[in-house]
Amino acid sequence: MDERSLERRGQLWTLTTAAHVVPFVAVAALLVALQPLAFPASLVALAEAWIIPELYAQRGGNVARGGRRTTPVAEGRALGLLGDLVGHDARELLGRTGLVMERSRLGVWLVSEAGALLVRPGGRRVFCFCVRPADANLPSADRIAHLLLALRSDEAGFATVANLAFSGARWRVRRRLPRPMRPALDAAGRTAR
Amino acid sequence: MDRTGHTTLAEWSTADGESVQAAVTAFREELDRGSIAVVAEREGQATQVRELPLEAALVIMRRPIAGG
Repeated sequence: MDERSLERRGQLWTLTTAAHVVPFVAVAALLVALQPLAFPASLVALAEAWIIPELYAQRGGNVARGGRRTTPVAEGRALGLLGDLVGHDARELLGRTGLVMERSRLGVWLVSEAGALLVRPGGRRVFCFCVRPADANLPSADRIAHLLLALRSDEAGFATVANLAFSGARWRVRRRLPRPMRPALDAAGRTAR
Repeated sequence: MDRTGHTTLAEWSTADGESVQAAVTAFREELDRGSIAVVAEREGQATQVRELPLEAALVIMRRPIAGG
């Protein structure tokens, strides 16, 4: 996946979201225009218009959620190796949020155990990719290290193999991330500007 | 990288032919098992390799990834 195809997929997501939201908003407006007493039904339609993009964003936020832990010894060893692969700032962010930030050609990545979020240049749009190593029983830090090395060696291939779970506004994904991870998305947004 | 965190498969010195041969054998066995070899270079850079780069300080064998 290259810059252009990523841009196209982002536009397609925006179009799909609009196709979900606009009809509900139109119905809500029409109902009130035709019969003001129908405003409860209008509220339901507006709620639908709000909830559908939120559900998509939830799917995006889920790519950052952690999986199960293995033994403490294995987790510790894996974390040591991952720590060696990243710089001081990324290590500090990893300790606080569980995500590794990685600047790359397509934008700023946040790599988690089960996927990665790509904050595009400008910092406003996020792509959420669901991707994981073939072995599901690896320690959590090893799962991140696998994805990080795959990303570093072939970014376009990484984005192609991964399933796109969501693309949309950063603020929408942020609300759906576990609270401790939100500072990582804020940092990625600042870096991508 | 494996379920134990990581395992050292081989250590070699270019001055020691036997250690090089053992490392090359271990490397090929891992590739045959479906692992991918990566040399982590400076921060943000990694290169996939198909032959053991003897000059590399560290070669990491990882499993393939797949969309979830």
